[in-house]
Amino acid sequence: MDSNTAITVSHLEVQYRNVVALEDVNLVMRSGGITGIIGPNGAGKSTLIKAMLGLTPVTNGIVLYQGKPLMNQLDKVAYVPQRSQIDWSYPATVWDVVLMGRVRKSGWFRRFSSVSRQMAAAALERVGMSDYRDRSIGQLSGGQQQRVFIARALAEEAEIFCFDEPLAGIDKKTEAVIFDIFHELANAGKIVLVVNHDLGKAITHFNDLILLNTELIASGSRASVLKPENMNRAYRGQVVFFEGEAA
Amino acid sequence: MLQALIEPLQYSFMQRSLVIAVLVGIVCAIVGSYLMVQRLALLGDAISHSVLPGLAIAFMIGADIFVGAFIAGVLSTVVITFIRTRSPIKEDAAMGIVFSAFFALGITLITIIQKDNKIDLNHFLFGNILGVTAEEVRNTAIISIVVVTVVVLLYKELLFYTFDPLGAQAAGLPVNLLNFGLMVLIALTIVASLTAVGVILVLALLITPGATAYLLVKRLNQMMILGAAIGIVASISGMYISYFFNLPSGPAIVLVTSGFFTLALLFSPSQGILTYPQSSSGVFPVWRELKSLMRIKN
Repeated sequence: MDSNTAITVSHLEVQYRNVVALEDVNLVMRSGGITGIIGPNGAGKSTLIKAMLGLTPVTNGIVLYQGKPLMNQLDKVAYVPQRSQIDWSYPATVWDVVLMGRVRKSGWFRRFSSVSRQMAAAALERVGMSDYRDRSIGQLSGGQQQRVFIARALAEEAEIFCFDEPLAGIDKKTEAVIFDIFHELANAGKIVLVVNHDLGKAITHFNDLILLNTELIASGSRASVLKPENMNRAYRGQVVFFEGEAA
Repeated sequence: MLQALIEPLQYSFMQRSLVIAVLVGIVCAIVGSYLMVQRLALLGDAISHSVLPGLAIAFMIGADIFVGAFIAGVLSTVVITFIRTRSPIKEDAAMGIVFSAFFALGITLITIIQKDNKIDLNHFLFGNILGVTAEEVRNTAIISIVVVTVVVLLYKELLFYTFDPLGAQAAGLPVNLLNFGLMVLIALTIVASLTAVGVILVLALLITPGATAYLLVKRLNQMMILGAAIGIVASISGMYISYFFNLPSGPAIVLVTSGFFTLALLFSPSQGILTYPQSSSGVFPVWRELKSLMRIKN
């Protein structure tokens, strides 16, 4: 594992008003594979990503990317929030949302360049949503909304891609498109982090897994993490094992 | 007819009132759109009520009352944020507490000042558009230009931030600065509108034109432009109505805006209650709406 292209998380800890959400998490995330973050509800999966990116206050710990604090290199990050965190009645079109991926690269007070517009158009094409460019985001299905957000992430030209529950409530077609893109990004040497709460068949797409339940239970290759003893520790006996139904 | 429309314009007080009404109509609609899309309409109300004590204190110490009002308006948002982030109190309760406290303090101070000075609480509460001076028109014009310029320059950043604050933060945008900037724009807009409509009705000009436009178009920039157009038309027609029928100007403007909103609510081609495609069931839409209202009551 080449530490230069990896993220190192050391002693990461998050507390909300005396409730511990993450406790002393230490791990390494590598590029070139898809890393799934799994664990039961309230395990701190989303919190781990938010804490790494500085989106939630951290009580302790440090996160390094290529030897420097990740929080100072957010221009290399593309983040897709949970769909439930977005107000889908916002007056914006698909095109408006994809172009948001170019805001940071465009710089202050500037209009979007033609290069930015081309990249946004290409990203929209990649997720198969070009025909919906002028549609209001509120008129899309859940899967289509997710694909628009993936397009926005692609337009950001990032090195680290963080997706919070991208597979929640989406159709089969979108799932196929999404994993196709994840594999492509991983093969291009990107870091791909995916929070995923369901242990259905989709889990076979992940190369590495991070298993959380407030503390880190296990991390590493999929096979090494999905051992019964790890799963029992994380899910306290109530394992919905990964051949189970995809809720 | 034309003669009747030109008649009020021979009075310079009407010219000044019309200019300030149009300026306020434009800038409130544009800035208010941000409040609406962030579901922060109540914040507009909170800031506008909170400017009163700043105004009073500035008057007492002989400073510019609009600077005092602006500082108090921004301070109220800081206090609201402080309570929300440092205690388990939720945002709406924090706003309610802060703005009623500021408002009560403002009324108390102005009542004390009123005893010895020629200052009228009612002018701040409801505006005094027919009495605006040329200097006030100029100040409002300057603030309006500054606010609109900032919105144009920061349009893409503010769109990203107001739509997806976490995504914007993760992309490295300085979201706290953007949020504070937005609060400053809102406070400036409210201060610029004080003389025209007063602190109580300014919320209507901030929210209603944008909300009306929201029912008709699908992008934020379209919402701002159409909202500003509605604001202009409402301001001008409200002023004329108040002139010809001898009605209070601020309320007349607000009532016209509300009328536009009602029309859009009922007849918007895409979302109107009476025109929305789902009414193709053959049932007369007004009857259908009445029936569903009855059903809720039962």
